[in-house]
Amino acid sequence: MRFIFKTDYGQDIQLAKHGGHVFWYGALMLLLLAAPWLFPEYWLAQLTFVLIYSIVGLGLMLLAGFTGLFSIGHAAFLGVGAYTQAVLTNMGWPFPLALLCAGLLSAAVGVIVGLPALRVKGIYLGIATLSFGFIVEEVLARWESVTGGNAGIQVKPPQLGGWKMDSGMEFYFLCLVIAVLATLAILNLLRSSTGRAFVAIRDSEISAQSMGIHLARYKTLSFALSAALAGVGGALYAHKLQFISPDQFNILQSIDLLLMVVIGGLGSVHGAFLGAIFLISMPQLISLSKDHLPDVIGQAPGLQAVVYGAVLIGFVLFEPLGLYGRWLKVRTWFQLFPFYRKGLFKRQKSFQKSDRLR
Amino acid sequence: MQFLQLVISGISQGCIYGLIALGFVLIYKATETVSFAQGELMMLGAFCALALMTLLGFPFWLAVISAIAAMALFGIVLERLVIRPILGQPAFSIVMLTIGIGYVARGAITMIPGIGTETHTLPVPYKDMIWNVGALVLNVEQMAVIGTTAVLCLLLFAMFRYSKLGIAMQASSQNQLAAYYMGIPVKRLNGLVWGLAAAVAAVAGLLLAPITFVHANMGFIGLKAFPAAVVGGFGSLPGAIVGGLIIGIVESLSGFYLPDGFKDTAAYIVVLIMLMVKPNGLFGETLRKKV
Repeated sequence: MRFIFKTDYGQDIQLAKHGGHVFWYGALMLLLLAAPWLFPEYWLAQLTFVLIYSIVGLGLMLLAGFTGLFSIGHAAFLGVGAYTQAVLTNMGWPFPLALLCAGLLSAAVGVIVGLPALRVKGIYLGIATLSFGFIVEEVLARWESVTGGNAGIQVKPPQLGGWKMDSGMEFYFLCLVIAVLATLAILNLLRSSTGRAFVAIRDSEISAQSMGIHLARYKTLSFALSAALAGVGGALYAHKLQFISPDQFNILQSIDLLLMVVIGGLGSVHGAFLGAIFLISMPQLISLSKDHLPDVIGQAPGLQAVVYGAVLIGFVLFEPLGLYGRWLKVRTWFQLFPFYRKGLFKRQKSFQKSDRLR
Repeated sequence: MQFLQLVISGISQGCIYGLIALGFVLIYKATETVSFAQGELMMLGAFCALALMTLLGFPFWLAVISAIAAMALFGIVLERLVIRPILGQPAFSIVMLTIGIGYVARGAITMIPGIGTETHTLPVPYKDMIWNVGALVLNVEQMAVIGTTAVLCLLLFAMFRYSKLGIAMQASSQNQLAAYYMGIPVKRLNGLVWGLAAAVAAVAGLLLAPITFVHANMGFIGLKAFPAAVVGGFGSLPGAIVGGLIIGIVESLSGFYLPDGFKDTAAYIVVLIMLMVKPNGLFGETLRKKV
């Protein structure tokens, strides 16, 4: 059992709360650094995808989990980033500059989407982002002179100066560096006044406003940051796949991203990573289990959708805090060992909070 | 004449959007949640009728009525099992829940060997019939959509205006707590509303089936019904139909007069404009919360 006595404000916003954090995250970092020598090529590729999705997930988590605005068209930002990166690197731009442009352009698009978000709430915002996602997908498919239309576009491996990163290992390290930087950026943002303003908006817009938080500014900022991270993730995604086409950024991808943050655990940075691990490992687990199931179920094409849907329903009903919530419960059980109560994380039943009356 | 022809086909397509949007609005008014599974309910209804007709050999009308009844029952069961435990949670979790339901429904249909992955035609008695009215060529399938929608709207209107059940539903959608105090069984009504929404979705599925085909992904048309609901005002039943008609007509006209690509996005462009100009929709009520 560990007791932490907080005696000043600085302690409250420290990145590492105690030595255990430093030790375990350090160990994780070492493991990730050693991964190329520990795991076979295929696993490393999957790990790279986990990192890429984590970056996108961090962005969506900032928007949905911390600011409380949800976007059902997030794949559009992913697409904008991926296409910007593809077009610019094919024109011969160096990788860092193209990545910066991909992030900035996505952020600019995010601001454009964020503007209607100032007026609408809840489900209306969901529908606005959904519509936006469809429009971007259509633009990507139709603007053939730039995007290559439905035929897609080839993406070259990233190039830093004269150094061409075409092996899986080099690209993995690139993604790792960007993912760590993104995580640190989000963690630092969340302990700054801006991050606390986001959380205040999520918890209650009215009280946030009366505390002097400029709703419009912070909501737009949240959209821009979230879109920028999605754009960076999209750029890496384009490099990893080396081929992109508009149908990779459709509504199903957007829903997958949402599913990722919800299953990971809304409102926690860990959730973005856990969700990404879930999203990448789920198809593998399903294909592994196929051999042990009767043919009628195992070989059916809809199996994956059913499992995804069932897992999602299960999480929303029984574990609304997601995978991170489950982890929290296990950890608390060990910390409080003989004194753990069953109702410790019980949700407060609130009667029908109205979305209409706001 | 060309224009009128386009408008009529737009209206019939819009009626489908309107019927699905009607399902959204019913559920939204009663339980403050938005069901993303409405398109999938429509797909299930069409498949249900198909199974009854081709596998069990039911005659057309009996199959239609039993499919609608079965879907209504399914909606009630769905509400009881999955939706009710999480009522009162933020709208976002229920949205995710209904997305999950949609996934399961779509996947489950696809998993049926030999049926799920194919496209089917629903054998309806009025298939491929055409009326000539002056220079207009009217497709009976489209006329059936328009006619059925009109009748269904009248029935719903009468129900909400004159029957005790409908008035109780209205009361509970306006203020649940007050309805509770008045002795209205709000929870049971919520179940009935889901049943009603599923039945309306099944009707939409049956009407759409002869025009397109019956297949596992036909539920994606539900995503076009969101714009319809928003344009009409999310909380308004007549708004849903009017919104559907507007979306249908705009889509049909833009498919003909504008370059390629506008047909598929017209609905979404309309809804974005609507959200910027009048976020509450055409028939939306403005309610204020008192602190």
